[in-house]
Amino acid sequence: MIINHPLLGPRDSAEFVYLGDASLIERPDPAAETALADFVDYAYMRENPAGSLRELWFHEAGDRSWLVVTRNTMTHEISDVQMARDVARKIGCSK
Amino acid sequence: MTQVNRLKDGKIDRTQTLNFTFDGKSYQGHGGDTLASALLANNVRLMGRSFKYHRPRGPLTAGSEEPNALVELRSGARQEPNTRATTAELFEGLSANSQNRWPSLKFDAMAINDRFSNFLTAGFYYKTFMWPAAFWEKVYEPIIRKAAGLGSLSMQADPDEYDKGFRHCDLLIIGAGPSGIMAALTAGRSGAQVIIADEDFAFGGRLNSETFAINDEAADIWVQASIAELSALPNVRLMTRTTVIGAFDHGIYGAVERVSDHLIQPDSGKPRQVLWRIYAAKTILAAGATERPIAFENNDRPGIMLASAIRSYANRWAATPAQRIAIFTNNDDGHRTATDLYAAGVKIAAVIDTRADAPSSLDYEVLQGAQVTDTKGRLGLSFAEVELADGSMRTIECNAMGVSGGWNPNVHLTCHQRGRPTWDEGLAAFVPGGILPPGMSVTGAALGHLSTHGALETGVKAAKAALGLKGRTAKLPSAEDAPVTQTPFWYVEGCSRAWLDQQNDVTVKDVKLSHQEGFRSVEHLKRYTTLGMATDQGKTSNLGGLAIMAELAGKSIPEVGTTIFRPPYTPTAIGVMAGRIRGMDFHPTRLTPSHYWAKERGAVFVEVGNWLRAQWFPIEGETHWRQSVDREVAATRASVGVCDCTTLGKIDVQGTDAAAFLNKVYCNGFTKLAVGKVRYGLMLREDGIAMDDGTAARLDEDHFVVTTTTANAGKVYQHMEFVRQCLYPDLDVQLISTTESWAQYAVAGPNSRALLQKVVDADYDITNEGFPFMACANITVCGGLRARLFRISFSGELAFEVAVPARYGDALMRKLMVEGEEFNVTPYGTEALGVMRIEKGHAAGNELNGTTTALNLGMGRMVSKVKDSIGSKLSEREGLNEPDALKMIGIKPIDGNDKVTAGGHLMNKDGPVDAAHDQGYVTSAAFSPSLNSMIGLGFLKNGDERLGEKMRLVSPVTDLNVDVEIVSAHFIDPEGGRQRA
Repeated sequence: MIINHPLLGPRDSAEFVYLGDASLIERPDPAAETALADFVDYAYMRENPAGSLRELWFHEAGDRSWLVVTRNTMTHEISDVQMARDVARKIGCSK
Repeated sequence: MTQVNRLKDGKIDRTQTLNFTFDGKSYQGHGGDTLASALLANNVRLMGRSFKYHRPRGPLTAGSEEPNALVELRSGARQEPNTRATTAELFEGLSANSQNRWPSLKFDAMAINDRFSNFLTAGFYYKTFMWPAAFWEKVYEPIIRKAAGLGSLSMQADPDEYDKGFRHCDLLIIGAGPSGIMAALTAGRSGAQVIIADEDFAFGGRLNSETFAINDEAADIWVQASIAELSALPNVRLMTRTTVIGAFDHGIYGAVERVSDHLIQPDSGKPRQVLWRIYAAKTILAAGATERPIAFENNDRPGIMLASAIRSYANRWAATPAQRIAIFTNNDDGHRTATDLYAAGVKIAAVIDTRADAPSSLDYEVLQGAQVTDTKGRLGLSFAEVELADGSMRTIECNAMGVSGGWNPNVHLTCHQRGRPTWDEGLAAFVPGGILPPGMSVTGAALGHLSTHGALETGVKAAKAALGLKGRTAKLPSAEDAPVTQTPFWYVEGCSRAWLDQQNDVTVKDVKLSHQEGFRSVEHLKRYTTLGMATDQGKTSNLGGLAIMAELAGKSIPEVGTTIFRPPYTPTAIGVMAGRIRGMDFHPTRLTPSHYWAKERGAVFVEVGNWLRAQWFPIEGETHWRQSVDREVAATRASVGVCDCTTLGKIDVQGTDAAAFLNKVYCNGFTKLAVGKVRYGLMLREDGIAMDDGTAARLDEDHFVVTTTTANAGKVYQHMEFVRQCLYPDLDVQLISTTESWAQYAVAGPNSRALLQKVVDADYDITNEGFPFMACANITVCGGLRARLFRISFSGELAFEVAVPARYGDALMRKLMVEGEEFNVTPYGTEALGVMRIEKGHAAGNELNGTTTALNLGMGRMVSKVKDSIGSKLSEREGLNEPDALKMIGIKPIDGNDKVTAGGHLMNKDGPVDAAHDQGYVTSAAFSPSLNSMIGLGFLKNGDERLGEKMRLVSPVTDLNVDVEIVSAHFIDPEGGRQRA
């Protein structure tokens, strides 16, 4: 597979390490009342769609960026690649 | 009797005579021959025995789709089983042996299987080797292993090298027949970067086997002129002997180039084969078509071949399997073979055409509306029984027969992304359809355009479309454009032992039996009968099986469908997949800066991750590793020892938010850590399980140096980057791995300070007052060399770790040895390191084993409640905080001579010894020279409240059952007085 890195252009997937569902960016609020249940879901529950999935890939043999790659699990078609940092900021992650 | 079946002309090099042997007998062939063509020229039709029934077999084809003529090529370490004689290029000194026969090819004792064929039908293995279960290992498996498989391995390491390579192009053309060449000319002339690859050693494809004309002259003239033009274009790369084996994601193709397979051994410095990874923006599949046979009774005798293969042998290799040949066909293409053979002087016994309206010939007899019903001949074809149109029978004498059932487009690579081919009624064949791999188009015979004109025309069109070329198309070379219609004719009515799949000995009867027994999906049919398995993957047999299946099920062939096509297209050696990544090169070997010093000292090394680390340093007179390790431990605890700990992961953490960041990744707090101090840190996974541990040294307000365990260095760095980029993107902090930048040495023992004072520059006070336990500083050593000093202790002794830039590591180690002579300084390895940390009760990888929490490790109170960190929330889960949770403890045998072993389980002194009453387990064990007995670390239910309890340590696997006492994990200096001295 080829991943079109937002900064470095098309790179072979062999340069990357795969982590999984990009929902890992959405870490729950530890201060919430339902925090324990939220964290159980966060740590263990994953969608496993036959189709489009947002995934985390780490450019280990490259610039060490974490990327959010939108990949179709049936066809391996990659429709979108973003810096994970930008995705995280969009949902309000900061410090 | 040499080359009696050699014809005139052909595309072989008669100036070159090559000597070779088959089954020990010597023969001669010519340059440009394959092993099969040379054997046929020498009147050898019998080349192998079939897989199950050990029936005599000869080649069916003249290409890579060959099911029968598989041989062991070469001898010694280079012996290569299951090599297709039809593609093996002849070279001087080639030696080949037939397979799957004993004692000889002509008399094979296992041919008795053929007599028992009624018992060896479809599903034989499933039906026979069912029970009793105990028979599997001792009886059935050895029998099956002995009987199964065809060739044998040399059992020696492959002496040749294999490589991997990467290539990029605008257009990859797979197949260099008329269509591929035409596409390459079109694309090449436009200036595009083009790769054209063909599995054959000669470009030209089917044109090499035909007598067709192009531009009214021999096709070879056009082929050679085109190759010359392409070779002169710098933007075109021609790859012969290169099979594109798979179409992978995003336009990536795998291709195996057989660089040296045609040589007796590779030229010096050359690999045997190269696995290319080709990145292609666009691809044209011009893979041609494969002729399909017709099944009839006893259609597997040597001499019975595909008609197109006989034509190839005659036209290209000037070889014929016999001097008297019959043709059995259902289409016009079969007649081409008869015409070409007749022109070459071979006697045509008859052309048997199933069609009542078949064209007749002035040169030979054509039996219209006739069928071959049976054949005779012990080790090769002698007679064919033919049923004529009027129902009468006729015996025809012939020593070879060409069979033509029509052509199947080679759609394989169009289906590697799980696309499915579609059925073409006019051709009665599957053609590319549905969704092709992105960027791929198909041309020529592979697309179902079976005429030469069709091949040329589609080649130009596809190349123009792929590259978006505008403008007029140059005039196409003129070529035959005979209309092709193919009507289905799969097998002769009433046959039973008629072979569909000759490689797996699957007959028409087997397919019928499979259907009768309920295996009706194609995938079930394949697995139950083995139709289409093994090296040829059913290239000549699958469609026949599907057709019979469809007929029995009352469905059409497209309704039945095909099995899934998977890479590789042809058998691929594991060696080329591995490339150079084998033996010690399987992964990189990392050496520390003082590796060569350790080697000079005679160190024994151990692999830790990718690193080689000194395990112990034997000295003269020591004959057992324990002697060395015990000495190293005792010397360190008595005076001073030095250990290379460069391999520990080191991560530089810098930025105004560095402390806040460490607060997130470690469960314990770091914001209050003073500059110049080090703190132990425990890192949890988000699920609350311990991930890794290490130390974080604060060299400045905004600068920490973090260590990780050797094995987890990469993983921890990745995790820290995840936390930084994905969870807290606005923290002002940067990370970089500096593991390779610093050489680091632990200097441990009561004399460690005295030794270091001789090395550390005088400006730096390293007394206990000036540099207390857990201090750190940027210092200089040896007169101005920048260094880092940490007062941390893994051994429990007064200890320091000193780091210098990697290039000074070797010099520093040698300096420490020289300056330490007066203290009897002793280098120690990872074993002594391990013994001392067990004696001290420090957790390591064995304890941080992916199942243990901070609570289990006795560090429950370290998990800060005042801040959030990765894993802190899920650490609170009820299940991880049961009253009887496992706690880390020490284990000591009651009888000091008893063994303690890691993996043993703790059981109550009285009571049953079984899994239900398991109390805990031992994770680390070692002989402690300090205590003069074995000791262990482990986890015990509620262990911290059971110190002093007598228990049993059992290990049913090693027959261990000893009495032990549960003690504190801190065997040595539990108050920590030594490390603070």
